[in-house]
Order: sequence, then structure tokens, then C-alpha cells
Amino acid sequence: MSTVYALLFIVATIVLVVGLARKIAQYAKTPAPLKIPTTPAPVTKTGVVLRMFREVVFFESLFKGTKWTWIFSWMFHMGLFLVLLRHVRYFIEPVWLPIELIQPIGKYAAFAMVVGLLGLLARRVFVDRVRYISAPSDYLWLLLLIVIGASGIMMTFVLHPDVVMVKDFFTGIWTFSGGQLPMDPVLLIHLSMVALLMLLLPFSKLLHIPGIFFSPSRNQVDNPREQRHLVEWAKKLEES
Amino acid sequence: MAKAEFKTPELKEIIEVPKLEVGTMSHITCFVAKPDHNQALGFPGEKVENWQDAAIAKMGDLLSRYRSFQVYLDACVKCGACTDKCHYYLGSKDPNNMPVGRQDLLRRVYRRYFTFAGKYFPKLVGAVDLTDEVLDQWYSYFHQCSQCRRCSVFCPYGIDTAEISMAAREIMDSIGVGQKYCNEIIGKVHKIGNNLGLPGPAIADTLEGLEEDVYDDTEVAVKYPLDVKGADILLVTPSADFFAEPHVDGLIGYGKVFHEAGVSWTLSTKASEAGNFGMFIGSYENMRRVSLRIREAALELGVKRIVFGECGHAWRIAYSFLNTLAGPFDFLDPDYPVPQHICEFTWGEIQKGTFEFDKSENDDMSITFHDSCNVARASRMGPTPGGQFEIPRNVIKAVVNNYHDMEWDTIHERTFCCGGGGGLLTDDLMEVRVKGALPRMTAFKNVMEEKGVTHLAAICAICKSQFTKVFPYYGFDMFQIVSVHQLVSNAIVLNRKTAPEDAPGYGEDDDDDE
Repeated sequence: MSTVYALLFIVATIVLVVGLARKIAQYAKTPAPLKIPTTPAPVTKTGVVLRMFREVVFFESLFKGTKWTWIFSWMFHMGLFLVLLRHVRYFIEPVWLPIELIQPIGKYAAFAMVVGLLGLLARRVFVDRVRYISAPSDYLWLLLLIVIGASGIMMTFVLHPDVVMVKDFFTGIWTFSGGQLPMDPVLLIHLSMVALLMLLLPFSKLLHIPGIFFSPSRNQVDNPREQRHLVEWAKKLEES
Repeated sequence: MAKAEFKTPELKEIIEVPKLEVGTMSHITCFVAKPDHNQALGFPGEKVENWQDAAIAKMGDLLSRYRSFQVYLDACVKCGACTDKCHYYLGSKDPNNMPVGRQDLLRRVYRRYFTFAGKYFPKLVGAVDLTDEVLDQWYSYFHQCSQCRRCSVFCPYGIDTAEISMAAREIMDSIGVGQKYCNEIIGKVHKIGNNLGLPGPAIADTLEGLEEDVYDDTEVAVKYPLDVKGADILLVTPSADFFAEPHVDGLIGYGKVFHEAGVSWTLSTKASEAGNFGMFIGSYENMRRVSLRIREAALELGVKRIVFGECGHAWRIAYSFLNTLAGPFDFLDPDYPVPQHICEFTWGEIQKGTFEFDKSENDDMSITFHDSCNVARASRMGPTPGGQFEIPRNVIKAVVNNYHDMEWDTIHERTFCCGGGGGLLTDDLMEVRVKGALPRMTAFKNVMEEKGVTHLAAICAICKSQFTKVFPYYGFDMFQIVSVHQLVSNAIVLNRKTAPEDAPGYGEDDDDDE
């Protein structure tokens, strides 16, 4: 069984990394022929970096848009971020100091994450406009993440599986030294769902993660009068 | 097509987010372009035989050429932030008029043909085949988007439905299913030089008439020159400015401003149109062809600067795209931005103290300003972000005594479209236009009741025409819409009794544009 999980995570990691790399390459390769920043927009590169920072860290546009969605999604994303950082401890030895330091907050961040997800699910179910635009996959993503979060909380606060064994297993995968996974059902569910998420991410709406960095309405400098913007295929039109 | 019967939405005290009602606008369709309209733009005359394959191939082509299209189709998480932001949804309750609803009409097809999940699990991710029914929905709902970008302000990924609707229209054009209104107009520009199809002599006549009117009114010989070689400034303005009300009052204002500033300027028959409907149909090639007329006119006339008149989408293309499409403009005076907006010009002169104004000339009005969507969210004026909001207001406040803004969430970057932009300013889409105007009408009514405002000033030819038409539906008077430079025109005191054109040296290479 441990071998099956080891293989699963190896495959999931490869799919995630290669799949994401291909999409990022596609986004980077596709030209943006016209200047289309949503204005008012920054007039310098530094300004764009700041705009992107506010967007990625604080969800600035969403904050302008819908306060409830902003609260829930910010709780979820920031919770997830802390939880992911906390999980680094299962892959390295010795554990870095910053990771040690966030351990206490990281444990409780899981609650913020799950509460955020439940809020988002509630909006999807109860707001008629959001319900209308939801496909089955939109609900399933939320459920998947809730299962991951809830099973994680169970293990942290109630079941306490042998995390030293888990850590040996994961460090074993990437050092090829082998290792056994504790046969704890909640742990196995948790890990299966995480692997599923990794496998599906590059083929799903979770592409908003790389996508935001390539969004021309957010990442372009507002300087079209000062600097001529011309992509390759447009240049060819001028030559013909 | 029978003239559609519809009910004008009721004005409430606030802009309400309605409960959705499926299909309230599914009957909407606009006149289809005739074969020669399409062919003049390089599209097939009629719907091609293998239209499904051709449409999917075109979609693939656009995905490889436009990063916005590719990223926006992938990135949407259906968070719902945009769902209550579109004026057409607010006015019609139709969920396909929610920005994400509109995008999904196309995204579903993208997923079916271009993504792993959509190819193998279509039901799971809501992917559908491109059928006749889907194409009909595209034609209907992608002509209910004014490409105003309000949704893109609130989207956490900046997804801009305008980009999707432009792509959808380009795909439809590529299979011979074009919209008559836009394609016929673009054809007129290619052939004659402006959207209205006015030949040079008609423009010359109009301008002569304006000179006489202004002289009768002020006893000052203000000139409205056409095709004058060696003038310093080429003014490019929407052709509606030559005829329509209140547009023409704005044109009169530009002339007075140039006169009083003592600069030499000219209009051009070749570039007698600032508007460029090539953007509305998403066609880079047509947009470029239209833009090149301005470059050619500037070269032929030997001007030093280009200034654009009051027109929203024209300013987006002028400010954001002109340098790309028809640049570089290294033959113009590098001391001035290329191009400049007439409001930038006027505000610059006001700051220099060039003009004397008698604000009391506008005392019969109390003004509010409508930020036109393309100016607000797709361009800039002046050196700093947000100048597109401040400069027109500064100009207005310099010439009127009574000014009040509408509510904060209906102006600046959150401004509501007039309801007629993006190629919808046609009578066959009247129902869409009237319903889409609801949020703006609500905000206007409120500022009238609360602040005693009487008139709405705008810097966009489409906004002006649209408001003239839809005001009566909401119980307002069609003359309550005014041009910003009409207000300038009313207040400006003409101290320069001789037209600069009559001064010696006009047309020569002089530097009187300080």
C-alpha cells in the first residue's frame, strides 16, 4: 500500500509540475498585441509590481467587487498558504526556523481555510446568480478542498497519526530510501485527495494561479503614448 | 423584423440587483450584415459551408494570437464578483447578461474543443458542442455587450468580457455571420472616410455654415478649416460632430478654443472620423486600416500635432492603440503627446491662463459629468493615472458655476455605460439600449433630485446619441445631454478678434502654438 501511495505522489508531482510548466510556457509565448490595462493603471514597472502584489496578496479587485466573497476567499487562501508552509516540516530535516515559528498559527489556520471554503460553498448554493454559473466541477472543487482541510484538522487535533512515520515516508520518496505510511484511513483519504488535486490542477480552473500573473489588464504598464508596443505578428502586417 | 414591444424598466431609488430571470433577452437579435458589407472588410459574404470547423479553427487562431483570450478563458473560477456589475444584467435580469454568463457562452465551447476536461468529461465542467443554437446565442448575447470593461474592474484576475465579446464577433465575422450596423459603418470609413459616409464637399459645407453661425452669434470670425496644409494641429473628431446635436456644439467649442489659443489647426476629409468600429468587431486588421487614414492625413497635411475630439472608444484607440497600429509618429512635434485629447489641450491652455470665461453664460444649467467607459477604464489623460477623471471635470468646473458628481459608485472607474457603446447604437437593439441605460438613469435621476442638477455632460459621441434617444423613455428631456466643449463654447470670451488663419504667415512653418 505504501508503494502505491509513493507511486501516486511521484506521478502526481510530475503531472503537476509538467502540466503547469506547459501552461505557463503557453501563456508566456502567446503575445498580447494591444495595450489593455484596466485603467487607472500604473505608469511604471514598479507600479505594476505593486498592483500585482496587492492583487495576489490582498485580492484588491475582489475586495472592490463583493465583500462576502472577498472575506471567505481571503480566509481560505491565506489559511491554505499558512497550512502549506506548515507542511514543509514533513519534507525537510532539520526544519527551518521560520517553519518552526509558524507551526502554532499554521495549525489553526486550517480552521480559517475550512470556514472560508464553507462560506464560498454557501454562496454558490444560496446566491441565485452564483448558483446559475456553477458547473458540477465548481462544487466538487470546494468539496475536495473541504475534505482535505477537515481530514487534516482531524489528524492535527483528534487522531494524531504517527507523523514521524509520515515524514519518513515522504523524505523516503525523494531520497529513494523507502519508508512505510501508517495505515490510518483518515490519513489515506487526506493524501488521496491531495494527490487528486495535484493531478487535476493543470487541467482546471485552478489555472487562475499562474493565470493572474499573465493577465494583460493587470500586468501591463500604462505607457502606450510614450512607448510603441508591437508584437511579432503585428509587425508582419506592416511588412506586407 | 417586427419592432419589439418592451417595457422600460422602472426607476427605483437605488440601483437594485435583480433576481435573475432566464431568457428575458434571448429574443434579441440585430440585423445581419449583407454579403457586400462583409466582403468589404475581408470576411466571407455569407455563412460558410463548414462553419463549425471554420469557427473552431478561428478560435484556435485567436487563442494563439491573444494572450488575453487564452488566459481569460482558463482563469475564471466562477466566483461571482462580476455577476451584478453589468448594466445589461441590472436592466434585463437575464443571467446571460452577467459578464461570466456571457463569457461562458463561449467558454463552454472552448472547453469542449480545447481542454482535456471538456473533451472527456463535458458534463462535469459544463462544456458544449458548437451547434446552431449556440451560435444563435452568441449572435444575440455578444451583441448585448458594450465592451465597457466594468466587469474587469471587479474581477480578481482582471478578466475583461470585452476581450471575449470582441473575439466572439471576430469568430462570427470569419464565418460570414457579421452584424450589419458595425460592418456597414466600417465599410463606409474604408471607402469614404467616416462613419456617416459624408463626402468632403458635405463636410466643407457644414463647416462653412458653422463659421457663419458663430460669426452671427459672436461677431468674431472663428474658422473651421478643412484640409489646410501646414496647419499645426490635425483635429480628428467623430463624424457625428458635423451634424448631430449636441455633438456639433462641441465642435463649435473646439474651434473657439483653438481660435482663442491662437493655434493653427485643421480638420481632414481623409481622417474625418475619430471613431473606429474595427475595435467593436475585434478585428485588428480593420482597426489598423482605419487608423492608418489618420497617419496618412497627418503626413499629407504636414501637421505637428494630432488632437482628438470628444469620443469615448475613439480615445481608447487613439490613446492606447494608435501608436501600435499606425505609429511611430516620429514626424510629429516630440514636445506633445501623440495624440492629445481635446480636454488635455483645453485644460493645458486654461492652466496657462489663455482664456477668459464668463461662467454665468452657463447659469441656466447645473451640470453633472458622465465618465464614458472607454475613457474611464481603457485610457488616460494627462501625466498621472486618473487624469481621465480629473481633467474633464476641471474643464467643466472652469466654465460653469454649478457642478455636482453623481454617486461615487457610478462614476470614475465604476462608471456605468450609457447602454449604447460597443456597436449597439442601432435602432434594432433599442430594447437592449433602453434596459442597459437603467443604472445610469437611476444615478442621474438621483443627482437631479438631490442636487438640482439639470444637465448631463459627456465626452463621447455614442453616449451623446444614446442619451438623446433613451432619455425620453425614462421621462427626461432629450436636450438634457450636453457636450463638454459646448459648455466651454458658451462661456469662452472671444478676445482675439482676428482669426489666426487671417494673420500673416498662416500655413507656413511657424511656431505660434506656445
